[in-house]
Amino acid sequence: MIEARALTKTFRDKKRGEIRAVDGVSFRVEPGQIYGLLGANGAGKTTTLRVLATLLQPTAGGATVAGFDIARDAQEVRRRVGFLATSTALYGRLTARETLQYFGRLNGLADAEIAARTQRLAAELDMHEFLDRRCDKFSTGMKQKTSIARTLIHDPAVMIFDEPTLGLDIMAARTIVRFVRECRARGKTVIYSTHIMSEVEKLCDRVGIIHGGRLLAEGTLPELRARYGQQDLEEIFVAAVGPPPPLAP
Amino acid sequence: MNLANILTVYGKELRDMLRDRRTLISMIVVPTVVMPGLIALVVALMVKTTRDAAAAVPTVMLLGGEDSPVVTAALRAHGGLLVMPEKPDWSAQISEKRLRAAIKIPSDFDAVIARGESASVQIYHYAGELRSGNAERELRRFLDGHRDKIVAARLAERGLTPAAIRPFEVVAKNVAPAEKVGGNLIGGIIPYMFLLLAFVGAMYPAMDLSAGEKERGTMETILCSSVARLDLVLGKFLTILTVSLGTVACSLVSMGLTLAIGGPLLAHKISGGGGVAARRGAEQITAMTTLDPLGLLGVLGLVLPMAVLFSAGLFTLSLLARNFKEAQSYVSPLTIVIILPAVIGMLPGVELNARLALVPVLNVSLAGKELVSGAWPWGHLALIFGSSCVYAALAVALAVRTFNRESVLFRA
Repeated sequence: MIEARALTKTFRDKKRGEIRAVDGVSFRVEPGQIYGLLGANGAGKTTTLRVLATLLQPTAGGATVAGFDIARDAQEVRRRVGFLATSTALYGRLTARETLQYFGRLNGLADAEIAARTQRLAAELDMHEFLDRRCDKFSTGMKQKTSIARTLIHDPAVMIFDEPTLGLDIMAARTIVRFVRECRARGKTVIYSTHIMSEVEKLCDRVGIIHGGRLLAEGTLPELRARYGQQDLEEIFVAAVGPPPPLAP
Repeated sequence: MNLANILTVYGKELRDMLRDRRTLISMIVVPTVVMPGLIALVVALMVKTTRDAAAAVPTVMLLGGEDSPVVTAALRAHGGLLVMPEKPDWSAQISEKRLRAAIKIPSDFDAVIARGESASVQIYHYAGELRSGNAERELRRFLDGHRDKIVAARLAERGLTPAAIRPFEVVAKNVAPAEKVGGNLIGGIIPYMFLLLAFVGAMYPAMDLSAGEKERGTMETILCSSVARLDLVLGKFLTILTVSLGTVACSLVSMGLTLAIGGPLLAHKISGGGGVAARRGAEQITAMTTLDPLGLLGVLGLVLPMAVLFSAGLFTLSLLARNFKEAQSYVSPLTIVIILPAVIGMLPGVELNARLALVPVLNVSLAGKELVSGAWPWGHLALIFGSSCVYAALAVALAVRTFNRESVLFRA
């Protein structure tokens, strides 16, 4: 389970002063549920997820992930989290098997257990053909599969996806979407950030609309449709965040 | 701190590094093949140039001397010089290296000498030019011989032998062991090379494991894992240190082999040229190849904490960069910071003292000079090793601190 309570993250910028990237965000995600964090670029999605994954420390507020406090028990949180983003790349000079072994060991698994899990993940993701090839020679699809296996090697209870389909072709994106659904089916707690409305409609059980670091609306899709009187998610999004500023003449 | 995790990170990073062609080139190919190859090439060129210059008969011009047939005839009869008649542009010819030197015999030279008086002979040459220098030396040798004959004749006229004006000879003999002589000759270069190689060896892995990882997006991947940042930074630091020391070790072995095999060959080749200068050159080369192995080990002992300092310092600095290119712009100018004190340490007259023993790089350079020539100044060595360890520990602490800063790791 994930529970964010008035989560706030500010940065200092020499030119712009204090920036509130995340401003008092609160939400809750239950096991077996996919929570969609919907927002435009720079809305605060990545910062929120990085704070939840303990990559960044919150400035104020807090959160618990899988029952552990993100500030006090950061390492325990990371032990229970799988984090996948387009910015989380693979080591090009390692093979897929070596990658899984490396992350398995760092997560405290014994070599025999890593080997067994590698075999299982390779079978599930159809990776046997390239398991012993170096990652820098992989196609986008192979990289995605290896990244997915990397996030699953320690069988985390919580999965965090930060725009995982960004820049991917249709087939690679479908692999990701299928994988996210499987995570829900296995009872994992899933949080999924995106700015693609169709992905939210396809995947998410609950949606949070984030803009300017603040969570402006939250609920299931039917709840949001009822609240804003719109069927189309894009219209709901615009209604929640307000119309875009007019173009300069 | 989790030792198993540190070793896991270390093992992975080392494997990753050793699979990188650039690391292999900087760690193995450059110190074992390129550097000895370049040194051998330069030395071979120097030997060839020197031997060719020594073998060539220098062309000199005789200025004046028309009224002094004795000295001019003796000069023309001297085998080691090709004497040309006077031309007005002799000075320009020397400057343009068409003529090696000129000798001016004053008027009435023979008559002045016959009267038992003294005269002054001028040699014109191109200072610093090898072949002109050879010509000048040959002219001096001729003039010295001619003067000795005149002196001997004048002494004989007075019933005296040459011993009357040269009552004793001076002979200098080296009593220092060969390794001490060698240490003295190239003592300054050895620690300088070790320091430079330790620094250069640490440069690429430090940049690759910090800024390079940020650029490739693998930094965020590893930060998501449950490994503590302290374990991560120590594993990476140990990798950088290993590559740095590996570079020093590879070059030590390769340079040792080059000196052991190439030195005697070179000495033999030079001594084959004959002459006093060639013999002395061969002796010096033989001395250079004979170094005190205990002194070398001592230098390595001092270089170890410096390698720690370099590895941690370069890692910290590279962490501040967003990408590999930016890291290069931070790190490259530092090379001069290492070279300068190391070169100061090589200068003659700069001696190790308690204050200089606290100056990093310079202290090792100065102490290294002492160690390879067989001197062990224990007090200063303890000060150097102790202060270097403190600097190294501070650098590692700074690296850990920097690695924990969000603004550094997620710098946009």
